[in-house]
Amino acid sequence: MKTRYTFGGDEHIFVEMDDEMSLEAFFKAIAISKAVKDAKIDGVTEILPANASFEVRFNPDVIHPDTMMARLKELEGTASSAEPRMQTRIIEIPVYYQDPWTHETVMRFRERHQDPSGTDLEYAARINGFDSVESFIEAHHAQPWFVSMVGFVSGLPFLYQLVEREKQIEVPKYLRPRTDTPKLTVGYGGCFSCIYSVRGAGGYQMFGITPMPIFDPQQEVTYLKDFMVFFRPGDIVKFSPITREEHDRIVAEVEAGTYEPRMAEVTFDLDAFNADMTGTNDRLMEALHGN
Amino acid sequence: MAIKVRKPGLSTSIQDLGRPGYFHLGIPEGGAMDRAALRVANMLVGNDEGAAGLEAVFMGPELEFQEDTWVAVTGATMPILLDGEPREGWTSFPVRKGQVLSFGFLKEGARIYIAIAGGIDTPAHLGSRSTYVIGALGGLDGRPLAADDILPLGKAGDAAARQVDQALLPAASQPVELRVLPGLYWHRITEASQERFFDEEWTVAPEADRMGYRFRGGSPMEFVPREQPFGAGSDPSNIVDGCYSYGSIQVPGGTEPIVLHRDAVSGGGYFTIGAVISADMDLIGQLQPNTRVRFVKVDMETALAARKERRARLQTIRDALAAT
Repeated sequence: MKTRYTFGGDEHIFVEMDDEMSLEAFFKAIAISKAVKDAKIDGVTEILPANASFEVRFNPDVIHPDTMMARLKELEGTASSAEPRMQTRIIEIPVYYQDPWTHETVMRFRERHQDPSGTDLEYAARINGFDSVESFIEAHHAQPWFVSMVGFVSGLPFLYQLVEREKQIEVPKYLRPRTDTPKLTVGYGGCFSCIYSVRGAGGYQMFGITPMPIFDPQQEVTYLKDFMVFFRPGDIVKFSPITREEHDRIVAEVEAGTYEPRMAEVTFDLDAFNADMTGTNDRLMEALHGN
Repeated sequence: MAIKVRKPGLSTSIQDLGRPGYFHLGIPEGGAMDRAALRVANMLVGNDEGAAGLEAVFMGPELEFQEDTWVAVTGATMPILLDGEPREGWTSFPVRKGQVLSFGFLKEGARIYIAIAGGIDTPAHLGSRSTYVIGALGGLDGRPLAADDILPLGKAGDAAARQVDQALLPAASQPVELRVLPGLYWHRITEASQERFFDEEWTVAPEADRMGYRFRGGSPMEFVPREQPFGAGSDPSNIVDGCYSYGSIQVPGGTEPIVLHRDAVSGGGYFTIGAVISADMDLIGQLQPNTRVRFVKVDMETALAARKERRARLQTIRDALAAT
């Protein structure tokens, strides 16, 4: 891992921990972002942690860009001793795979796809060496995911699967981005899954849909009353496959104000995870199911 | 005090100076594309510079006033009509109850700013009244204006007849020059592509909105060869999804640069070659499709000097108006 610092115009500094994705890079980025926040540097207006990088926005009328850059480099030293561990929560997200709404969108934008003859799921299964769409879907939901970034639009989570590098699913983005994606689509691009928080443009492959809203500007959804955005970096997600009937039932429960996502408080320790992935994931699942 | 929207125009939205602080969640700062134009419009009618006004792109709305008040229109050049009688831009003028403000065809620029004494008093959302359509935040239900909308107004302050000396406004060059500080993933393209980006002339593409401005006409970029890093995706223009900055220039597929603007997406998986400097962001908000543009390479000191100059110009206008 080699840290790279660069200016994004006169108001931003972009810091890349590594050009490839890893949880080590994520934890390093989150540790320095936190150190920058704690340092309360005059002139810093926003701190944006991302998958393997972070960005600081500052007011150059208050702090000279070179001074800002020097402060960040100093803080990298302090932060590199931080333990890669966090108190977080695991959340079960129900997913209706191969749903009719994303399927309709998949077919509508076929000419922008690498393989216009099939569906996104068929393509993703094939290029990742799965013998069927079903076994591919199984791999997508069998092991939990880590929210390594929140952003793009309105609280969209980027999720990185908690499995060995050789088991990571990788797919390209659409050749040309779509102009439409159904709200709450579960998508995939590069090594990341995502959940589209709102309807709109998108370039990720589309696998299914969740009935569980994750962004609500009106804050009417029961679990979004405190804040309109559901996810934060470090959240752990377990996708759980559901049928059309279960999907419709959850939609009705959300509307009635009776739906509460299944979740539990957990600690995630990167060193413990690297030492024993299966064991760590088993314990996360036990916490989720209250055993 | 209120205004009735008789015709909304093409896409007219309530905007102030934005909602900083939520970009890390994918909620952009938003606010007026041409910040200086909104500030000056507010100064003219005696409002706080950050009061909410209307931003109308390409076509003006038709507004009926339900009370006596003062109005000023700044930004793009577009004939201003009060009950069909012409009024001047960059000038505050009184409006009586029942009068109708409308606009002729756009002559120059892209966006007008309409400030009304007291400012538009819709509820603030995350600290701002700015309309962010993608997230359905701010404005009226997070959407552009529609016919029959009623816009509530705040309490007017020190409204009076005022006018900005047009000599104090920046003159646009032809082609328009946008100053760029190279950086971010600038190293991903070859030296020849780096030179061509600044040498060639670009034009504003039709896909130009509050989120970003797309440009076309230059040569496709050549990438420095590499094995794509894990997690980035297979296209040479892909990176591991990271955060974007306001003004940053992404080039999906290496073909058409997109400059992110006030309603920017906060991150994504396309490489970026640098950013338009903060002093030139307002200017982008006044570009029409097909406008000829050149990107001009600058260093940090030039960017900071330009920023200072922009602030000084605004201060001169502020001082001149305060003296009237």
